[in-house]
Amino acid sequence: MFDYDTLRIIWWALIGVLLIGFAIMDGFDFGVAALLRVLGKDEHQRTVLLETIEPTWEGNQVWFILGGGAVFAAWPLLYAASFSGLYVAMFVLLVAFIIRPVGFNFREKMPDPRWKAVWDYCLIASGVIVMLVCGVAFGNLFLGLPFRYDGDLRMSWEGGFFGLFRPFALLSGLISLSMLLAHGASWAAMKADHVIAERAAKIARIASLVYLVLFVLAGVWLAYGIPGYAISGPVAAGGLSNPLAKQVAVGASWFTGYMTHPAFWAAPVLAFAGALGVQLYVGRRGFGGFFSSCLAVAGTILSAGLALFPFLMPSSLDPASSLTVWDASSSRGTLLIMLGVTVVFIPIILLYTGWVYRVMRGRVTLEHVRKSHNMY
Amino acid sequence: MIVDPDVVGLSRLQFALTALYHFLFVPLTLGLAFMLAIMESVYVMTRREVWKRMTQFWGVLFGINFAMGVATGVTMEFQFGTNWAYYSHYVGDIFGAPLAIEGMMAFFLEGTLVGLFFFGWDRISPVKHMLVTWFLALATSLSALWILIANAWMQNPVGAAFNPQTMRMEVTSFSEVIFNPVAQSKFVHTVSAGYTMGAMFVLSISAWYLLRGRNIDFAKRSMTVAASFGLAASLSVVVLGDESGYTVSENQKMKMAAIEAMWETEPAPASFTLFGLPDVKTRETHAAIRIPWVMGLMGTRSLDEPIIGIANLVDDAKLRIADGIKAYDAMLVLRENKDDAQARAILAAHDKDMGYALLLKRFIDDPRKATPADIQKAADSTIPNVPVLFWSFRIMVACGLYFIALFAYAFWRASKRRLDGRGFLRAALWSLPLPWVAAELGWIVAEYGRQPWAIEGVLPTALGASSLTAGQVWISLGGFVLFYTALAVIDGYLMVKFARKGPDGLGMWPKQADTLPVTAQTA
Repeated sequence: MFDYDTLRIIWWALIGVLLIGFAIMDGFDFGVAALLRVLGKDEHQRTVLLETIEPTWEGNQVWFILGGGAVFAAWPLLYAASFSGLYVAMFVLLVAFIIRPVGFNFREKMPDPRWKAVWDYCLIASGVIVMLVCGVAFGNLFLGLPFRYDGDLRMSWEGGFFGLFRPFALLSGLISLSMLLAHGASWAAMKADHVIAERAAKIARIASLVYLVLFVLAGVWLAYGIPGYAISGPVAAGGLSNPLAKQVAVGASWFTGYMTHPAFWAAPVLAFAGALGVQLYVGRRGFGGFFSSCLAVAGTILSAGLALFPFLMPSSLDPASSLTVWDASSSRGTLLIMLGVTVVFIPIILLYTGWVYRVMRGRVTLEHVRKSHNMY
Repeated sequence: MIVDPDVVGLSRLQFALTALYHFLFVPLTLGLAFMLAIMESVYVMTRREVWKRMTQFWGVLFGINFAMGVATGVTMEFQFGTNWAYYSHYVGDIFGAPLAIEGMMAFFLEGTLVGLFFFGWDRISPVKHMLVTWFLALATSLSALWILIANAWMQNPVGAAFNPQTMRMEVTSFSEVIFNPVAQSKFVHTVSAGYTMGAMFVLSISAWYLLRGRNIDFAKRSMTVAASFGLAASLSVVVLGDESGYTVSENQKMKMAAIEAMWETEPAPASFTLFGLPDVKTRETHAAIRIPWVMGLMGTRSLDEPIIGIANLVDDAKLRIADGIKAYDAMLVLRENKDDAQARAILAAHDKDMGYALLLKRFIDDPRKATPADIQKAADSTIPNVPVLFWSFRIMVACGLYFIALFAYAFWRASKRRLDGRGFLRAALWSLPLPWVAAELGWIVAEYGRQPWAIEGVLPTALGASSLTAGQVWISLGGFVLFYTALAVIDGYLMVKFARKGPDGLGMWPKQADTLPVTAQTA
């Protein structure tokens, strides 16, 4: 039905879909959480902001959990190398993720403002940390990470946590931060009481402008300042997943794909259009602002993914050990079965997620918050 | 390359602590979710406000626990990659799939609906809300199903074969992985344990209200639900636990022998050691009290099949190690030249034992150079910690039998509408911690009993670890201990606080009255 390489490309795309799903769905939760005390000037306003995300954040976070599970199932080498290599960064990320479920729930359990403030700052920190760490990690992919494989395909890593904070990676972290702050603010502008929404729209415009400038800057830097990776020599069609079976040359451009496939440019154009859309539509009636922001998020991730293709995780230590679409996947059988499961379940997930959002539709008003107590 | 033994030890400690911690919350979620669904169904059928209040009050406690379960669950998914990278590489082709399916089929549903459970009361009709609760409960159990399919594969790795070109196990039959008999018995045993825990939670806290003379009508109804649900669950947990034991004896003979401290093979049918002090050094059990025949009947369901003792299993392991070395050698040849027909034939004949050769890697770099002494050491390393398994198992089973008795008695009292008796109520209250004791011990029997294997017979735990430094794992382990302790204190504080407040303290129930006043019923 599908040959091995086609399945790998499909799974590359599906991981992209999950990553974009995570960034869009969970991204606005992080953005709103990070802006909790900027947008929410008092307890009522903060409750409004939280109630715009509390009924659905849990389901949104599953995009991340599922992303992790899907990488494990479809790209086990990538899962193993990235999680163990980025050990301390992953631990920091994990703490940020653990804080969230308890933060949302426990915050509402006591009326004491100090108690609420503690959880507010936990949620703010967790939002900022996730946005930054994910961005920095993604940026590091373009620079290559310090790992190599031995003959048993056991990976060793020669670098520490602070080695990740390289200038380009930090820029990438700031792109992620500004993009998702704009995303969260666009959500608040659409869902929160008008008093908060106006403030949110202003922040969304500023953040998305900053994002756009940084995104262009990163593109220029990538084109002129960072050597790209390329597979040199032939790749066996439908070859087995062993990263040591190929040769890699460093020094090409990360834009090679964009040069050979002009259609790739649609992705950064989408990101631009999204950012412009945020400037034009945020704070107006309807969901144009938030929708534009979704486009910007999707366009950004797609731009980066296409530039990296076929690389998943390049190695700076031993370029031949780099993980690519052609040599880091599961077996054909597993990819095929998982594709079947995904094709059945993702539409069902979208269906009931859509239903829940419909049930929870409409703005959360200050009046509503003053009248009712939090349901958690 | 051999991973630093400190990294292996610390990673194991970290995994065990975080898994045991996660498992404090998961079974309660499993059990309470179904009890909420039952209570809400009664509300929808009778439209009596008390049942709605019950669903909402127990729902508050469910919510606190659910948050902890979700929070600590992320750790488990991360840890396979962070600390067990070679494991993830070696078996990700099989093991990753059920985890991903769990996300798509179960956790998505659970995560999406839980918000609606709390925030949807005024937004959807009672029937729809009830369906949300049922699907939430169903999703929690479905989640357990897929996780246990993954876990069962670690205990009984079916439907997969080693591929020397990719240096990993790859799937050969996905249906064998899904319909793994170990998965089925583990699933029913584990979810029943969760249901028992949920029932005990409601029973004990309700008993406390009755002892204090508070929320009487509310507490009696809650207790009735808990008693009937708990009786069914505890019967199922013990009966199906026996099924679980039977499947263990089929495919993990060493675990079975260790649980029974059966050092030598006994003539069939073997006796059951009710009490004893297993001595690891001399390989005997002192002060043993044995019941003839029982073990043979339980473990083999026959009168003439023996249960193999530890000494014989160590001898078997030695043979399998020798066999495995042949496979290992052939694997190395095939890595250089994948078309070597002779090596292919050797690997095909012995690949079931290659994992046993890998046991040698703890002692020497190259298994092919093993001396008989190395082989003896590796074979001895297949014996898990006998005293811990022996006692964990016995205490767990004793708890299970006690649960049946307690719930049966509670059920009888509930059916006679005599849920008073202070002695009974006190027993119900003080039994609260026991399901947690049983559940944690059950985890220890299943997972600690699997050692030295990460994947039974395929991959030794020591090889599965990531190539980290001990310092890195100390950072994360220290971080977990501090962070989890803080969370445990806060969680415990909130749980006790809200249980003490009770429905009356939360304004869900009138103080000092048995039934709802008319005004509240229409609220």
